[in-house]
Amino acid sequence: MSAISAAERTRLEQKFPEVFKTSFLKRHGLIVALLATAAYLVFCWFFFNVGPALQNGKWDRASIYVQDWYSWRAQPRLRFGDDGVVTPQWSSRGQYPADATIDWLTPHADGSMTATFGSAADRLDITTRQVDVYLNGEVWPVTITADAALAPEGGPAAIQQDRQKVVVDFGFEGQAEIRANQVAVQRRFFGWANFLYDPTSPLWGNDLFSSIGLMLSGDRVNPDMSNAQYVLNQWLGNKAWQHADILVKLFQTLVMAFVGTLLATLIAFPLAFIAARTITPSGAANWGMKRFFDFIRSVDMLIWALFFTRGFGPGPIPGIAAIFLTDTGALGKVYAEALENVDDKQREGMKSVGASPMAVNRYGVVPQVLPVFVSQSLYFWESNTRSATVIGAVGAGGIGLKLLESMGTNSDWDKVAYMVLLILLVVFLFDNMSNAIRSRLIGSNT
Amino acid sequence: MADISQQSPGLSPAGQTILQHYRSQVMTRRVYTILVVIGVIVALVAAMSYANSANSGKFFERLPFMFDFIKNFTPRDPLEIFRAMFGVASPYFDGSAKYDYTSSNIYLTDSFYIPNFIYQLIVTVNIAVVSTIIGGAIGFCLCFFAATNLVGAGPVRWVVRRIMEVMRAFPEIVIAGLLTAVLSIGPIAAIAAVSLHTIGALGKLFFEVVENADMKPDEGLKSVGASWLERVRYAIVPQVMPNFVSYGLLRLEINVRASTIIGAVGGGGIGEVFRLSIGRDYAAQTYAIIILLLVTIIAIDQFSGWLRRRLVGDGNFNFGKASV
Repeated sequence: MSAISAAERTRLEQKFPEVFKTSFLKRHGLIVALLATAAYLVFCWFFFNVGPALQNGKWDRASIYVQDWYSWRAQPRLRFGDDGVVTPQWSSRGQYPADATIDWLTPHADGSMTATFGSAADRLDITTRQVDVYLNGEVWPVTITADAALAPEGGPAAIQQDRQKVVVDFGFEGQAEIRANQVAVQRRFFGWANFLYDPTSPLWGNDLFSSIGLMLSGDRVNPDMSNAQYVLNQWLGNKAWQHADILVKLFQTLVMAFVGTLLATLIAFPLAFIAARTITPSGAANWGMKRFFDFIRSVDMLIWALFFTRGFGPGPIPGIAAIFLTDTGALGKVYAEALENVDDKQREGMKSVGASPMAVNRYGVVPQVLPVFVSQSLYFWESNTRSATVIGAVGAGGIGLKLLESMGTNSDWDKVAYMVLLILLVVFLFDNMSNAIRSRLIGSNT
Repeated sequence: MADISQQSPGLSPAGQTILQHYRSQVMTRRVYTILVVIGVIVALVAAMSYANSANSGKFFERLPFMFDFIKNFTPRDPLEIFRAMFGVASPYFDGSAKYDYTSSNIYLTDSFYIPNFIYQLIVTVNIAVVSTIIGGAIGFCLCFFAATNLVGAGPVRWVVRRIMEVMRAFPEIVIAGLLTAVLSIGPIAAIAAVSLHTIGALGKLFFEVVENADMKPDEGLKSVGASWLERVRYAIVPQVMPNFVSYGLLRLEINVRASTIIGAVGGGGIGEVFRLSIGRDYAAQTYAIIILLLVTIIAIDQFSGWLRRRLVGDGNFNFGKASV
């Protein structure tokens, strides 16, 4: 930067005062706004008790929940019998059929049992008197007394004594709680357990490829139906994943959004003509209709949904009604604005040849606004596919309620992940579909 | 209109052919229109009858109950609504929660208190404001990496846009539900859920604005050797800021509604209070909340509309309004 002489400087300052002497707000507006926002956020930090809430959060659980999204746990309790035999006991959520051979849990002839965690170097050799814990090939014996399990002296951090029990941590592969009378094993695997067939199905153990092979092969497994139908029935009837139920609920959500938006479009269309100043020359009618739109738009979708759930019971009808009412208001407003901005020349042309008011609107107005109307309705349809999920959760049914139920159990996070994937898929599909229709209607520049 | 084509007084052979083509085109067009209309009607009727059969109560069977519900769902006297709204003790108070308007009030001093419903409303509005600020700030940072005129059509744009899409489409209740399981019921879950959606929604609108920005200031800065960051700061941001703020305010209007709904599924605030009161048939409290919500939403809509008009003028006032 070359220096400017003092005289030049004063001359410039005098010549361009608007550059050098701006108002305080203009010079420091950004800083003031940022400081105010920061102060507000600090206030909210205390208002919402964010600090204590984060401290009291069960973050250890959070990592388990997130792991449950993409992996599953087999949780047998290996009970110690009086005769020295170790027997696995499965919960009702058992992921294996009654007599399945499990490759990571092998019983031995002498009644003992080996549970492998990933490789032979990480395993438990379980007898009723002693459990040998192998961690990276090193063996640590845990002794079982009459009322407690005792960790070895000087063991690694992965083996912890917790009062009467010993907790062994194998990382992602799982963990084990060794007690005086049993070992509770949690063995974690990547992927979703029994996604295709539940353990009661005769097809259990088939993967995707063998299922497709079965569908294409000639011999009927069940003489009553074709293999394709049989495989599909077994898949839909999966009790652990409830595919049929989830797909039906998803369909209900889509129906809610579709019917709600379409009905709103059909009702808002004629009403918008009444609300538009340029079409209906009555000030009172314009004003009344616009306030009516404002009113039903401003009553929250939640209020309509809960209101109709009380009246009609849970299901798609309250969802449809809620979407229909809020969107009639919103679409009516948008439509009326579009109608007020139409080109008057076409209407004048129609009027000049003596057309009736109906014909003036039909040929002078509708062709101009129809693409805009359809494109707006498609926008609303898209966004309603999303809001129908949330509306469902407050009682209107559909996939939203199913999501809420699954999350409430705190152990079905894999199912939640499955539903989220389905929802994302459907939303992307609809976005692209409506984008395609829109760009054909009003040109690609949307 | 079609009448013109019926009479063809003395047209030349060429004119006749043109007329024929015109007629056949009009016919095809009509057939297509009718087919589309029939298709939509069939789909609508099928979907409605499906919805009716899937509902736990059938529409026409339940309609009388609906009217009964509306008729019976009235407070003992109209003043009750305002007593519930402002946390004043009710003369009908009999120990039940239905007429208990006072015990949840938040006392700031011995005599000055915030009525419970108004406090819950403040919570909900604050959730909306905080999430709009957080979502807007992150969306602001991301949008420049999604704009073709700033980063080109390379992998950066692709990745950022997909991230925004997933954030937009990700069901809010899942975020809220996951955080509720970890942090227990409270506003943080709602803030996180609404913010995440806001990042995606605002990010998309923002990068569209950036892509429509005038690139001449950018060229000017490039020619004097400004870095990418300086170009964004001094060439793009001043142009797009009014539109960004306008979109942010629009989003605030939407987020007030969203935070009410999320509140009802575990985020706290007025949504949850409303769900409980309508579920337990507390008519006066329900109407009080409906009035409060209605007034708040209309007030916020009007305020943000006024602010947006001042910022960007009437011209592009409604620009992109529907694209939530």
